[in-house]
This record gives sequence, C-alpha cells and structure tokens, in this order.
Amino acid sequence: MTGLEEFLSGTIRLSAPLILAALGEIVSQRSGVINISIEGMMLGGAFAGFAAGAATGSAGAGLLAAAAAGALFGCVFAFICVVRNADQIVAGMGINIAMIGLTGALFRAIFGMESLATAPRLEDYPIPVLSGLPVVGKVFFTQSVLVYACGALALGIWFFLRSPQGLGLRACGVRPEAADAAGVRVGLTRFAAVVFGGTMAGIAGAYLTLAQTSSFAENMTSGRGFIALAVVIFGRWHPIGAVLAALIFGGANEAQFWFQARGSQAMIAGIHVHIPYQALLALPYVVTLAVLTVFAGSYRRGPRALGKPYVRSR
Amino acid sequence: MRERTRELAGTLVFPLAGLALITGIILLGGKSPVQGFAALISGSLGGAFALAETAIRACPLLLAGLGVTIAFRAGAWNIGTEGQIYVGALAVVALAPALGMLPAPLAVPAGLLVAAVAGGVWAWVPAFLRTRRGVQEVISTIMLNFVAIQLVSWCVHGPLKESTGQFPYSNEIPAALMLPRLLPPTRLHLGVVFALAAAAAVWVFLFRTVRGFQLRAVGASPEAALHAGIRTERSVWSAMAISGALAGIAGAVQLMGVSHILFEKFSPGYGYTAIAAALLGGLHPVGITLSSGLLGALEAGASAMQREAGVSTVIVYLVQGVIILSVAHQAARRRAVTEAIRQRGAQEV
Repeated sequence: MTGLEEFLSGTIRLSAPLILAALGEIVSQRSGVINISIEGMMLGGAFAGFAAGAATGSAGAGLLAAAAAGALFGCVFAFICVVRNADQIVAGMGINIAMIGLTGALFRAIFGMESLATAPRLEDYPIPVLSGLPVVGKVFFTQSVLVYACGALALGIWFFLRSPQGLGLRACGVRPEAADAAGVRVGLTRFAAVVFGGTMAGIAGAYLTLAQTSSFAENMTSGRGFIALAVVIFGRWHPIGAVLAALIFGGANEAQFWFQARGSQAMIAGIHVHIPYQALLALPYVVTLAVLTVFAGSYRRGPRALGKPYVRSR
Repeated sequence: MRERTRELAGTLVFPLAGLALITGIILLGGKSPVQGFAALISGSLGGAFALAETAIRACPLLLAGLGVTIAFRAGAWNIGTEGQIYVGALAVVALAPALGMLPAPLAVPAGLLVAAVAGGVWAWVPAFLRTRRGVQEVISTIMLNFVAIQLVSWCVHGPLKESTGQFPYSNEIPAALMLPRLLPPTRLHLGVVFALAAAAAVWVFLFRTVRGFQLRAVGASPEAALHAGIRTERSVWSAMAISGALAGIAGAVQLMGVSHILFEKFSPGYGYTAIAAALLGGLHPVGITLSSGLLGALEAGASAMQREAGVSTVIVYLVQGVIILSVAHQAARRRAVTEAIRQRGAQEV
C-alpha cells in the first residue's frame, strides 16, 4: 500500500465506529430523544462483543451479543426517559458512569487483573473484483463487513427518513403533539428509535474490540461516543452528512497515529519541532472542539422537540 | 395501600437491581459478597481512621459537587468538573515555587485562589462557546476533560517532572502549601473545614442573593428570565466560572491536603462522582453535604473492599450510575404525580 492508500484506509477504519454510533443517534434525535449515553452504550457493546467473542471463539457471535447488549441498554434508557419521562441528560450521564463500573468490574471479575485475553478478530472481507481496482480497491473495498454496513445503513436511514414512517418519526422530534393528533404513536416511535440507537452504539463498540483490536481495556471508548454526538451536529442530523463529518474526525485520529509512528518530529518553517505524544492524544478532542466552534452555531439547532419529554395532555 | 406499595416498589427498583448486579459480579469473580460488604462498611465507618478516610474522600466531592450544583441550577451542563479539578491542581503545582515563598497563612489562600482562577477559566471557555457559538456544553466540557488530562500528563513527564528527572510526577509542594492535619495520626486535614464553609457560602449565594436568584431563574426558564430583564448570557458565564472555580479548589485541596504531588490519574474520577453527589443531594448544599459524605464512605469502603476482599474499586461507578438513574427516575415520578393532581384539580373546576 502506498502512504496515501494507507492514510485513507486508516481514516475509514477509524471513522467506522463514529459513523455507526452517529447513525443510531441521528434516528434517536430525529425522534426527539437526545441520548448522551451512546458513550456508555458503546463501552457496554465493546465489552459484550469481546466477552462473547472470547467465550465462543466466534467474532460473529460477539457482534450479535454486542448488538443485543446495546438494544438492552437502549430499552433501559427508553424506559426511564420515554416511558417515565425522566430528564434525558441526567439519565444519560447515569448510564455513562454505570457502564464504566459495570464493564470494568465484569472485565476484572471474568478475565482477572493482568488479563491478556483476546477475542477473535473480525477479518477484513475484500469484495471480489472491486478490491482489485487501483487505490479505491484498497481504500474502500478491502475493509471489515462493518465498514460496508456503514455505507448501506447510511443510505438505508436516508431513505427511511424520507418514507411515510420516517416522516412520522421526524414529526415526533419536531411537534410531538401534532404527530400524536395525526395518529403517530409518539411513545412507541421514540422507544423504538432509542432502542435502534442503542443497538447501533453496541455494534460501534464491538467494532473497537472485534475489528480494530481484539482486546478490551477499561473505559476504552475514551470519549468516542461524545465525538459521535459532535458528528451528529456537524453532519446536520443527516445520515450522509454524518458519514462525511465522521471521516473528518477519523482523519484527525489517523493523522495522530501517523505522527506518532514518525517519531513525532515535524518541520515547521524549517525548524525541527518535537511534538509531545500527549498533544497528539489530545488532537481528536481539540479538533472536535474546533469544528463545533466553527460550525455548531451557524446550523439550525436540531429537531425542535429534542430532549423534551412528551406528556399527552388530556 | 396498594398505591403505597407501588410507590415503595418504584423507589426501590433501581437500588435493589443495583445491589443484585453487584452481588452477582462479586460472585462471578469468585469472591465472597459477605466479606466484600463487611469490608465496605468497616473501611468507611469502622473507627477513627476509617471515618477520617471517609471525610477526606468526601472533601473534593463536596467542593466539586457544589460547583456542579451551581452550573446545573443555571441550566448549564458542566460535565467538565474532572478536567477543572486537574487544571486547578496543575496551576498550584506550576506556581508552587513562588507560592511556597509566602508565609504559611498566606500561601494556602493564595494556592486556593490560583486553583479557583484556573478552574474558573477552564469552565468559562465552554460557557462562552455555548452562548456565542452555540456549542453544546455537554460535549465541549467532556472534550476539555480529555485535553486537561493530557495537559497534566505532558507537564509531569516534561516541564514539571520531579527534580531528579526519573519519575513522571511533580516535586512535592512546599510545606507552606500543605494543609495542616486536624487529628494526627489520621489524614483528616483542614480542607474538610473549607469544604463545609463552601457549602454554607453556596447556600447563601443561591438562596439569599440577587445574583443567585437570577442564576436559578435562568436555569428554570431562560426565556422568562430574559423577559424579566436578567442578562442570561452573563448568568451562564458566571455560573460556569464559579462552578469551575469550586472544582479547581477541589483539585487544590486534594493536592495540598492529601497527595502533595501531581501525577497522571491524579483524580480517580472525582469529577464524575461529584455529579452523582450533586444529583443525589437534590442540587441543594445541605443535601450535597450528606450525599458527598455517603459517596465518600463508598469510596473509602471500596478501597478496603479491594484490599481485603479483592473486589475492584471500579464497581463504585456502577453504584454511582445506578444512583443517578434512580434519582432521575424518582424526579420524573414526582413530576408525574403533581401533574396528575393538577389535571384532576383542573377538571373539577
């Protein structure tokens, strides 16, 4: 692979978990529910995928377990926030913190302190013929199944949001009372949207433990769920927009590895500069802040009823 | 009667589920839950040493929890307390050589002031980004946590590395900056008194001053506050700055009272635990004083649990998360009940 191919393919690999989580969050937010616990749900999915993969020796089983775990967390969140109408931000924080404890404690209980346990890897699947194309073949068509799923799901969600059911879902996020009057079951729609978002976050987490590495570490999502939230905003709550936004964040992350691999020496205006590795580790977060600072305000502020519980008045 | 039973069941569902989950995890690790819970209690409440440990762990939680309260009351989701704690401690260590030259009675307040300014500025940035650029502070404060942690990591590996240059932590702070111990040989230090005084001050500020009232009004209804002539932008800025200042002080107190050196992972998540303390305490200074005592006991007990029963301390986060979820759930239930009563009343009229 050439340097460029390597960089682009790495960018896509690092964007994939952001895309998966952001696509789920878009559906959830378009229905009016802001779920800031995709960070915790990704962590839960990462652990469930790792544990089930290690136990069964099958990456596919790990992936299924992660999706199921994500759906379960989605149900918990939806029960608290959609059925009981609790504050979505507070409940989201609760799940995030609980997940650090749950996955950390389970990991140590099952795999021990000095664990070197590994899960089977979800191997790349080169698409026949297409993967033989110059540049594009290496970059786009020699990837994990989950990367292809990103593309398919982005298109699928785009079409879904434009369908009659999708219209109903979007109505729940803009004017739930109008949606209700038009016969849309607001609670049910939001519940389903949140569970879908949780499932996607679970899969996104499994991508980290099954496709990117084959190991688990405590709190390994380290803010990716929050970066996915930024991706949703930067992508203007649109699935294709989110894919493009995620690629920018993935690129920043790949650039960080690229610098680290090259001894973090850089030439700036002819002067050798030593970049401390901590600055590189902070780069994805700084980029997120910078992107939001430039773009967040100039966009419309998302679905109107976002974050507001819907209580039917009699 | 059935209503009462259902009410009780609703209150207990999350705590009981959490307890069952924790017992299950302990059993899964092949450890004894009875021994674990016994260590939890003896390590937090059994004797003067255990009680002192509980108090010194409650101390940063109370200070940072008060900060969280002020921000949340103003409708600003400051989840960046963890980063603000780091920045506060970092500022003290960076200026320690200068601060150490002051006489002891001046050095400590000067250290706290430096930490407050650093934490306040670190928290004001997301407030500014929110009001001027529309950046949601839920995301920006979290991002700044990661930046602060890497900043501290770089400092203790680089410019602030201890004098022999061998280990990745800072020099010990000068004696003038160390908080006096109240009951030697326990580690109970003067910071506990500062934290309680801060709780009283926050109560006065929130409930007895005009600025405090304005801040709460902005949190309750930004539009109504704006129409009433309150400058909402300034309220959000000052709420976040005070919030960050308190978190910065929490970091300084931990540094000056307990660790005396700065290192990576200096805060084992105090910033996140402080959020749990603030919510569990009902965003009220008196409640938070009690809840940080409880969570401090949990932390102290968890350390004993890890030592004596081999149960990892990370389990504490599970407990905290469950607490937050049950608080959110309870608040919504109460709201639903008042709403139902209001609607029934409206129908009768």
